[in-house]
Amino acid sequence: MHVVIPYVVGALLFALGVYGVLRRRNAILVLMAVELMLNAVNLILVTADVSVRAVLPGTGGVFALFVIVLAAAEVGVGLAIVLQFYRMRRIVVVDEVRLDTDEERVAG
Amino acid sequence: MTVADVLLLALGAIAVGSGALVVTSTHLVRSGFYLVVSLGAIAGLYLVLGAELVAWVQVLVYVGAVVVLLLFAVMLTRAPIGPSADLDRPALPAAVIGAGVGLGLTALFVDAFRWTRFPSPDPGTAERLGEQIFGAWVLPFEVLSILLLSALVGAIVLSRPDIGARKAEDA
Repeated sequence: MHVVIPYVVGALLFALGVYGVLRRRNAILVLMAVELMLNAVNLILVTADVSVRAVLPGTGGVFALFVIVLAAAEVGVGLAIVLQFYRMRRIVVVDEVRLDTDEERVAG
Repeated sequence: MTVADVLLLALGAIAVGSGALVVTSTHLVRSGFYLVVSLGAIAGLYLVLGAELVAWVQVLVYVGAVVVLLLFAVMLTRAPIGPSADLDRPALPAAVIGAGVGLGLTALFVDAFRWTRFPSPDPGTAERLGEQIFGAWVLPFEVLSILLLSALVGAIVLSRPDIGARKAEDA
């Protein structure tokens, strides 16, 4: 198989993820774009298993599994933060989050 | 072009196409469903690349859990059902940076691997991957279990309003 195809697919998916993180204003859509980037990295790790001769065979797959677990933890905590912030302020748009008012509230 | 190449091209086109729809769609919920299609196509790519267990874990964890969690959050934040007008920032800086990253990485990979043919891997079994995880990578595995536990506790603490907020009001 020509290994360059999945590599290029991974690169394009990563670029789409970067574009989405920079473009989107809704926090949940930003998290979706982050998932795209993590998947691109996973795809490249699994492809590297085929194309790169490693000391331990199957390391790319193991790392991909680890990244999947990390992504699950990340999305759990991230969505908990987004939902809690929505409950406090009714805001899901990243641009409208004001950090200075929080500091005043905690200090006062 | 072998069968594997055709499969890789087709699944890659599906993954990239629906990925593009994820980041450009004006419907919040449709973005989530396009994400399902993209992640499913990536799972198919794993199967072609011989990483069977990773493909099924991808379907279970990503398509099964993460996307459901994301759609759940979309619903809990009272997202409008129709298209939303104010989802995006101005496109130009994001497009420039995204295109730069994409072109750079693509050039890097094309230059590194060219159009060379690699032997198809024999389909990896869960047994071999399990030997790797519990042999060479057992310490990262344990660290990861601690991380999952702390993420679980953190998510519970964050989403319970009666733990953190009351102390701030008392003080």
